Amino acid sequence: MKYSIFSLARNALSHHEGWPLAWRSPRPKARYDAVIVGGGGHGLATAYYLAKEHGLSNVAVLEKGYLGGGNTGRNTTIVRSNYHLDPNAHFYELSLMLWEGLAQDLNFNVMYSARGVLNLVHTPADMDAAMRRGNAMRLNGIDAQFLTTDEIARWIPNLDCSPTARFPIHGGLLQPRGGTVRHDAVAWGYARAADARGVDIIQQCEVTGIRIERGAVAGVDTTQGFIATPKLGLAVAGNSSVLASMAGVRLPIETHVLQALVSDPVKPVLDTVVTSGAVHFYISQSDKGELVMGGDLDFCNSYSQRGNLPIIEHVVSACLALFPSFGRLKVMRTWGGNCDMSMDGSPIIGNLPVRGLTMTGAWNYGGFKATPASGFLHAYTIARGAPHPLNAAFTLERFAQGRTIDEKGMGAVPWAH
Amino acid sequence: MLLIPCPWCGPRAQIEFTYGGDATLRRPAPDAPEAVWVDYVYMRDNPAGPHDELWLHSAGCRRWVRVRRDTRTHDILAGTPAGGATAGAAT
Repeated sequence: MKYSIFSLARNALSHHEGWPLAWRSPRPKARYDAVIVGGGGHGLATAYYLAKEHGLSNVAVLEKGYLGGGNTGRNTTIVRSNYHLDPNAHFYELSLMLWEGLAQDLNFNVMYSARGVLNLVHTPADMDAAMRRGNAMRLNGIDAQFLTTDEIARWIPNLDCSPTARFPIHGGLLQPRGGTVRHDAVAWGYARAADARGVDIIQQCEVTGIRIERGAVAGVDTTQGFIATPKLGLAVAGNSSVLASMAGVRLPIETHVLQALVSDPVKPVLDTVVTSGAVHFYISQSDKGELVMGGDLDFCNSYSQRGNLPIIEHVVSACLALFPSFGRLKVMRTWGGNCDMSMDGSPIIGNLPVRGLTMTGAWNYGGFKATPASGFLHAYTIARGAPHPLNAAFTLERFAQGRTIDEKGMGAVPWAH
Repeated sequence: MLLIPCPWCGPRAQIEFTYGGDATLRRPAPDAPEAVWVDYVYMRDNPAGPHDELWLHSAGCRRWVRVRRDTRTHDILAGTPAGGATAGAAT
């Protein structure tokens, strides 16, 4: 069924009790042309683009829990393409362009809101870095704009722009097309659109082993039995190392927990996304009115999907230093997600050293905004057997070849990216 | 909050420590093959389960502690002197 004002009116007449299910819940078939592991945004997007762009519809998505229950439902919903290095800039810009048309493409309102992403500048060194990155973005055809302290103070009256602020604000780099997207809707929209093109979405189906015959993928063992496939794509974020190890592949990834939290809901007070690299903090306001904020990793390996209080305290104190008036709010919920931190802070999208095995991962707590481009390029790589020019740099082999893509210049310290 | 057992100071709060990463890494010989160096610098087992890791008691005795911790539950299983092992630089 196509969602539209007419279908809404028609279903209103029957008290909205006649809506069909958005996707089926089939039993797994014995064999698929391609199997995607991970029913989050990346896996569902991969399956959708396999069907839409490459005509491959005998495809299954296997999810051990429920759709969007991992990082797709745990992020702070920010989308942007404000990167410095060319491979990252072009990749995230493809993603942002796909976000801009996604609601129409999927016939599902993903609530993309181009409210802007503002990176605050607190020091002269910050200023140099922001100018350099902004200029690099503009050379790559990406929107970037520098705002003065006065312009920021007029736009965001809650933000402490006074010279006596704990972290004085010298200006900010704005990407106007950045913003937020309703994260659950992304999982649901891709699932519904993939299902409509024949993709089987199988929840409560955990992969327990990968079968390899003569150096090529033969299928997967799951909690719902063996499923044969010659093409297996991993889109499992923090569990990438666990799944890859089932095929004997080691990855340059560590899994760390990243926390986020929301305040109680209030009337509109913040109509953009504000971030500060210097104090490790980012904040936006959801459509429900909650202030959504986050900061740094917990800085130790973790698959627990929950974090500890020191980081919550850090995030809240950073929030109050920038927005003193938010001290009247209460923290309503906190949660954590398993982030796949790579050794250069950039993703891996491509073939793994087993024939038929691919992955999209190593998201370094920036995976949500990458969802459409990740799925698009992962699908291309699966269908063609070779990467698209836009993910050709994001290989696993780049680490051994000395071609790392280290946006932050941190080196091989995965929890520092 | 993790309570990390420092062999010299006793159990102390996590905020006194700086994380040092995987404790099982061993620096290869300078003339080891390139593939061995790539493994050492970049590749990790990244287990979901017991993980041997280094913590520096930076706001305490400033000594390195080798901790075995379950990455699924954060349960700390052991804490012993690091014994000369070094890993990724602390941040």
